[in-house]
Amino acid sequence: MSGRGFSGVAAIAGIGATEFSKDSGRSEWQLACECVLAALEDAGIGVPEVDGFALFTMENNPEIAVARALGIPELTFFSRIPHGGGGACAPVQQAAMAVSTGIAEVVVVYRAFNERSGHRFGAGPPKFAYSPSTDQEYRNWINPYGLLTPAQQEAFLAREYMRKYGATSADFGQVSVLSRKHAANNPRAWYYQRPITIADHQSSRMIADPLRLLDCCQESDGGQALVVVSTERARDLRRPPAVIRAAAQGVGPQQISMSSYSRSEIERLPEVGVVAKQLWRQSGLRPAELDAAVLYDAFTPMVLLQLEEYGFCGVGEAKDFIADGHLEVDGRLPMNTHGGQLGEGYIHGVNGIAEGVRLIRGGSTNQPAKRVDSVLVTGGSPVPHSAIVLGTDG
Amino acid sequence: MSHQSTAVPPLIITEDNRFWFAAAEQGWLAIQRCTRCHTLRHPPAPCCARCQSFEWDTIESSRRANLCSYTVIHHPRDTAFDYPLVVGLVDLPEGIRLVADIVGIEPDELVAGMELDVTFAEHAHGAVLPRLTRPEVWR
Repeated sequence: MSGRGFSGVAAIAGIGATEFSKDSGRSEWQLACECVLAALEDAGIGVPEVDGFALFTMENNPEIAVARALGIPELTFFSRIPHGGGGACAPVQQAAMAVSTGIAEVVVVYRAFNERSGHRFGAGPPKFAYSPSTDQEYRNWINPYGLLTPAQQEAFLAREYMRKYGATSADFGQVSVLSRKHAANNPRAWYYQRPITIADHQSSRMIADPLRLLDCCQESDGGQALVVVSTERARDLRRPPAVIRAAAQGVGPQQISMSSYSRSEIERLPEVGVVAKQLWRQSGLRPAELDAAVLYDAFTPMVLLQLEEYGFCGVGEAKDFIADGHLEVDGRLPMNTHGGQLGEGYIHGVNGIAEGVRLIRGGSTNQPAKRVDSVLVTGGSPVPHSAIVLGTDG
Repeated sequence: MSHQSTAVPPLIITEDNRFWFAAAEQGWLAIQRCTRCHTLRHPPAPCCARCQSFEWDTIESSRRANLCSYTVIHHPRDTAFDYPLVVGLVDLPEGIRLVADIVGIEPDELVAGMELDVTFAEHAHGAVLPRLTRPEVWR
């Protein structure tokens, strides 16, 4: 049960994306094909070599559709992970397990959608919410009372966190300001060259009190793909490998999607703790040894909660940890250097994994001056969670 | 959104939760109880998470709630509600939590721990469901 079996055996060898926009003007299927080709080009691997895919269950473009469109002749591995952005890093774990066991040699992860010009996650329940099944039954206990969107469902946690630890809306706003500062220096970001101030955050309209508009991530069109191969193979490819040092999933006690409200402390994220302890065990690293982090930022309060659950600071101390500048590019733990989903784009967390790879390669547009040997990348919360630790080779 | 019908999904009634919605239609708040170890649970589930028994009955809640957390919703708006919409998470004295909309109390009056009553009112699709209101009498 050490779980170290695949640590270091697989690596991300290629990343590729479309532009991140509000209206892509083309099909989600085309976005998927484009980002997969870009990632394979980045890795220097030919299309016919792809033999596996690991995706979200929410992905609208099935692996066989992309395989058919691109002319990939054979697949030996294909899997899907539920829970949307919570599972964002889990397809990489699937890919790493497939590659390290020899089930497949080149596994591609992608997420592609028109989430702004098509169905917007912030507008209301998705289409599948209307199919009567135990999978969606949890909605009975929240949707009829008006909690219809993720922001509304997370607001309870944010308010309780504020009450318990004295955090304020402006403390949450620090995350927005930092993300937009990083995005302002990232040409891929939707908010390139458009930083904000804390006053902008405080004057943005209320969405689901205490969450303001600028606490909420963007809605985006776009696609992001990653190519996973063995670390041994990656060494012979075009780019330095981003070695997968650890990869984990987690569900906590009495877990319900977006609404684990029966837990005594609703403002804690035990599923994140389940993931964290696996990551430290697999990688042999402690939180203080991480050089950078890409934390899932659908909503700003969850960044504070994750900083605490991962052990970067004490419980209730995240607001001070951020105020002390530790998440800045020259800080102890540079965070969301691409601008996050608040600033770069919302590709369901997969664009954050690409930023983790760039940090390891030394190629972020906000690359820290210090050496970066290990980066934590996380999926969303408060839903079943996932995360990875990427590292340099050697 | 205002010209469309509600986006609230219709209730998903299953063998596991039918008793609860049937009780709500009658205006009483049911709480599922394991008949082996007497642990209460909500939302409903087919099995007791403490002793794994499938045998259960229900008790009726006192409906005297205390506010645990809440949100005031401004956006997006749905035709089923009036906005700003206040939604609360409450502790029931029986030891379970419940989500419901709060009506008749201004947002700036809300404070964690305050007493609320669970009443029943028609919601989207005509479903009779809990609603949180100011306590009717001093208690």
